[in-house]
Amino acid sequence: MDTHADTYSLERRTGEDDATTIVVGGVVGLREAVRFVSELRAQVAGSPGRVVFDLAGLEEIDTAALALLLHEGRRLSPPAELRGARGRVADVLTLYREAPRGSLRECPTGKPVFVQVGEVVEGLWERWLRTLSYVGECTAAVGATLRRPQSVPWRDVVRIMERAGADGLPIVVLISFLIGLIMAFQSAVQLQQFGADVFVADLVGLVVTRELGPLMTAIVVAGRSGAAFSAELGTMTVSEEVDALHTIGLNPFRFLVVPRVLALVLVLPLMTLIADLTGVLGGLLTGVGILDLTPRAYLIETRLALEPWDVFSGVFKSLFFAMAIALIACERGLSTKGGADGVGRATTSAVVTTLFTLVALDAVFTVIFHLYGI
Amino acid sequence: MAPVITVERLTIGWGDFVLMHDVSFEVDRGDVFVILGGSGCGKSTLLRHLIGLEQPLGGTIEIAGVGAPRLGDGAPPYGVMFQSGALFGSMTLSENVALPLRSWSGLDAEAIDAVVRDKLRLVGLDGFENHLPAEISGGMKKRAGIARALALDPKLLFLDEPSAGLDPISAVELDELVLSLNRNLGVTTVLVTHELESIFKIASRCIMLDKEVRGIVAAGDPRTLRDTSTDPGVRAFFNRTPRGDA
Ligand SMILES: Nc1ncnc2c1ncn2[C@@H]1O[C@H](COP(=O)(O)OP(=O)(O)OP(=O)(O)O)[C@@H](O)[C@H]1O
Ligand SMILES: [Mg+2]
Repeated sequence: MDTHADTYSLERRTGEDDATTIVVGGVVGLREAVRFVSELRAQVAGSPGRVVFDLAGLEEIDTAALALLLHEGRRLSPPAELRGARGRVADVLTLYREAPRGSLRECPTGKPVFVQVGEVVEGLWERWLRTLSYVGECTAAVGATLRRPQSVPWRDVVRIMERAGADGLPIVVLISFLIGLIMAFQSAVQLQQFGADVFVADLVGLVVTRELGPLMTAIVVAGRSGAAFSAELGTMTVSEEVDALHTIGLNPFRFLVVPRVLALVLVLPLMTLIADLTGVLGGLLTGVGILDLTPRAYLIETRLALEPWDVFSGVFKSLFFAMAIALIACERGLSTKGGADGVGRATTSAVVTTLFTLVALDAVFTVIFHLYGI
Repeated sequence: MAPVITVERLTIGWGDFVLMHDVSFEVDRGDVFVILGGSGCGKSTLLRHLIGLEQPLGGTIEIAGVGAPRLGDGAPPYGVMFQSGALFGSMTLSENVALPLRSWSGLDAEAIDAVVRDKLRLVGLDGFENHLPAEISGGMKKRAGIARALALDPKLLFLDEPSAGLDPISAVELDELVLSLNRNLGVTTVLVTHELESIFKIASRCIMLDKEVRGIVAAGDPRTLRDTSTDPGVRAFFNRTPRGDA
C-alpha cells in the first residue's frame, strides 16, 4: 500500500459465483474521500459481472464519502450491491437512501447544435418582444405623465440630477479638457507643416462641439449613471421591490423610469455645453503653449469658425443620448433575473448596449446632418 | 357567503414545466384562508398569481369587485406582504409605510404621519420609524411589510409566511393582529404559513398543495383535516412526522 497513514482499507476478492466483492474497512472521512474513491474505482475497474461492496468492516463514513461511494456503485452495470453496513454507517446509509435523489443526477450533456441555435434565436425573439412592450409601456407612462405633471416624483428627479450631473461634472470636465488638449496637439503637429497653425482652433472647436463633446459626455454619464441605474433597478427587481411597487398601485415606469429619463434629459445638455467649453479651453492651452498664438487670437478664430448650429446640434444630439442611456439602463435593470450575479450581468449588458447605441446614434445623426447640409 | 376570490381550473407553469394543474378553490368573505404545503410546492407562486403579478397558463381568477387581478395605476384593491418583506431599501420604515398613503389617500402630511405611526405601532415597531430596512432584522422587515400592506386599510390582505422567522411571542402577537383585523374590521386574509399552532388558531379554512400531485391534496377546516384526512401527506403535516412513518 502507499505511504499515507490509511484510516481505511480496501480489499478485492473474487467469489466463486464470479461476483467481485470489495471489502471496505476502517474510517473514511472527507479528507480521505477523494483518494478513497479513486482507489475504489481502480479496484472495481475491469471486474466483469456483479460487484458487491462489503461494508461490514466499515466503522465510520462521512456523508460526502458515502455519496461518492454510492455514486461509484450506481455507475456500474448492474449497479453495485451494498452489504453488511452496521451501526452508524447503516444509519447514514438509510438517511441517504431515503433522501430525494436528484442531487446525484448526472449533469445534463451538451445539446445538439441545432437546438442551441434554435434557443438563441428564440431568446433573441423574446428579447425583442420584451423591448417592444417596454417601449410601449414607456410611451404610455410618458403620455400619462405629460397629462399629470404633478404625478412625477420631482424630488427623485432632483436627487438623480444631482448625482448624475453635479457629481459627474469633474470627470466630464477633466476628460473633455484633455481631449481638447490632445486633439489640438496632434493637429498642430500636422498643420504647422503648412503654416496653418491658427486653424487648430477651427478644428478643435468644430470637432469638440459637434462630435466629441456630446459623445464623450454621454459615454462618461453612461458609465457612471447608466450603470448605477441598472444596478439600482436590478437590485430592486431581484429583491421584489418592483413587485411591491406594483402592489401599492405605483407603476414602476412612472415611478422609476420616468424620473431617470427626465433627470438625464435635463442634465446631459448642460453637461455637454460645459464639456464643449472645457474642450475649447484644452485646445487653447496647447495653442498658446506650443503654437505661439495669443489666447485672444485663438478665441477669435474659434468664434469665427463656429456657428450657433454647431453648438446647438451637439446639444440636440445629447437629448437623444440622454434618453438612450436612461431607457436602456432602466430596461436592463427591470428585466434582471436571478440574484446578485443577475444584477452584475444586467449592469454589464446595459453599459455595453448603451455604448454601442450611442456611437450608432451619433453616426446616424452625422449622416442626417450631412444630408441636410447642416 | 359570497366568495371574494374565485379560482377556477388554474394552471401555473413556465414553458413545458407545469407547477400546478387545474386548481380550483374559493375564498369567502371574512375567511382567514391558509395555504399550506411543503417548501417549493408553489405557495408563493400561487399568491403572486392571485394578486396579478404573474399570468397563469390557463384558468381564471376572479376577485369580487375587481375582476381578474390586475395591478396598474390606481389605489390597490388589496394589501400584500411578500415573503421577504420587500421594503424599499432607500426609504426609512415610515417612508415605506407612508408611500401608499401619500400616493392614494389624499391625506395631508400631518395626518399621514399619524397614520404611519399608528400602523407601525400595530406591528410592534414603534421607535423604529426612522430606521432603514438594512438596519433592522429579518422578522422586523416582515412586520414593517405588514404595516405597509395595512396602510390603506384594505379589506383583502395577502401575507406570505408572516410569522416565519419571528420569535414565538411576536408570532402570537401577529396571529392576534390577523384575527383582530378579521373580527373587528372584516378583513379577509389569505396567508401562507407553516406554523401548526397558528393554523389552528386563526385559519377558518385551508388548502394544502402538493408538488407531486401538482395541485390541492386537501381542503377544508384544519381541525377536520387533521382528524379525518386519510392522505398520508396531510397526516404527516399535521402530526409533524416524516412522510414515510405516517
Ligand atoms: N419564474 C420561474 N420559472 C421557473 N420556475 C419557477 C419560477 N418561479 C418559481 N419557480 C418554481 O416554482 C416552485 C415553487 O416556488 P415557490 O416560491 O412558490 O415555493 P413555496 O411553496 O413558496 O416555497 P417556500 O415554502 O420555500 O417559500 C419552485 O420549485 C421554483 O423552482
Ligand atoms: Mg414561498
